[in-house]
Amino acid sequence: MQTVSSLLNKEWYERYKRIASLNIRSSIYDVTNRCNLRCKGCFFFSSGEHEAAREEMDIKKWENFIDREKARGVNLAILIGGEPTLCMDRVEAFYTRLPSYCATNGLIKIDRAKFPDLMVGISLWGGGEDEKILRGRDTFAISSKNYEGDTCTYYLYTITPRQVGKIEPVIKRIADVGLKVHLQLLSNDEGVDGFSWGKEELADLRREMDEVLDKYPRTVISSKYYHEVITTGKMMGRAFGWPECPSVTESLDTRKPQPRRLIHFVRWASDLQTVHRCCTSATRDCSTCKDGAAHMSWIMVNKREHIRTTRDLQNWIEVYEMFAKLYRFIPW
Amino acid sequence: MPTSKNRKGIIKHVASIIIEELKLENITAETFNPDLDLVDELGIDSMDLATIALVLQDEYKITIDEDDYPKLKTVSLIAEYIEGKLAAKN
Ligand code: SF4
Ligand code: SF4
Repeated sequence: MQTVSSLLNKEWYERYKRIASLNIRSSIYDVTNRCNLRCKGCFFFSSGEHEAAREEMDIKKWENFIDREKARGVNLAILIGGEPTLCMDRVEAFYTRLPSYCATNGLIKIDRAKFPDLMVGISLWGGGEDEKILRGRDTFAISSKNYEGDTCTYYLYTITPRQVGKIEPVIKRIADVGLKVHLQLLSNDEGVDGFSWGKEELADLRREMDEVLDKYPRTVISSKYYHEVITTGKMMGRAFGWPECPSVTESLDTRKPQPRRLIHFVRWASDLQTVHRCCTSATRDCSTCKDGAAHMSWIMVNKREHIRTTRDLQNWIEVYEMFAKLYRFIPW
Repeated sequence: MPTSKNRKGIIKHVASIIIEELKLENITAETFNPDLDLVDELGIDSMDLATIALVLQDEYKITIDEDDYPKLKTVSLIAEYIEGKLAAKN
């Protein structure tokens, strides 16, 4: 029987202890149905989730709801939308009650005097050209000005197949404005021509992701094991997909057998009553889903399976550390 | 219900249930360290604990509240918990 201490030396054991006690319980909240952009391939709009529920407008109801979420054991609120910064009173209601993370396109600057340590993740869909095709404008030019040097902000760079071979300049741009970046892959929900993944592209991308991690270790928050799992869709010989996905809303999870999953995870719509199937689009085909957070969580919830060899366990620790850094449970 | 209700007997039985349910290899109920931290050292999570708790509830005819899971960190602590529940029943 393998145990953690039999597999790790002192240094790795310390790293393990630091994260093992975190016990992160996240849920996701659609803060609003509105956005100041309309990106092609945005799962929220392409799957009609913006019309799934009527936005709750009464801030008191948001506050009471968040208090109930806290009582339910949630200790990380992931705020998405739509564009959460269009409703800063709701963001504030979360921020003053729970450790919170705000996903944004970065066009609106969050007031750091009011939200000094709110974790901010700015979406980025590649270099300027791709951003123009998919989002109608090069958002980086604006968001990088708004957040330059901000120590609680990183870019969430969604890599598209067209970006393979071209990601380093994007990373360099981010490094140059003193920000961090986390990498994930586009799931081509709207079937935009030229934006679906092929096997070889994924293999090339994995190599490229590893290279930028080696070259920009202070900028890229990632791990090679995460690169492996997200590009191959495989972990420990198992395939990612519906039967394995950890990020399914608990009350809608009727899968049998139950896979390892995020405990008490719910993705709430903005009426504070409706729930969505999972952390991303309910119309997405799970067999081609490339959702980064779901892959990360897949690794994290399968801890026992990684207590097998020293390398496996170290891989697990690195992914957990990456997650903990992204949500500022540990410093980066 | 398992025949032995003393601490040692419960420890051995709990260890055998954990070995069986988690499919642990190269370990027996006799060699299982009762003070091993199940969460930190074996990586068991609340889903594993729920599975183990179901078997224990069935075998000892007790109820194990989900809120108590964090207390059940070692085989010794689980045995102590079961003893307490059995004593409360009598
Ligand atoms: S900025 Fe975000 S929420 Fe808005 S359309 Fe683009 S991907 Fe969707
Ligand atoms: S679409 Fe992705 S995140 Fe959602 S249930 Fe399917 S695999 Fe999981």
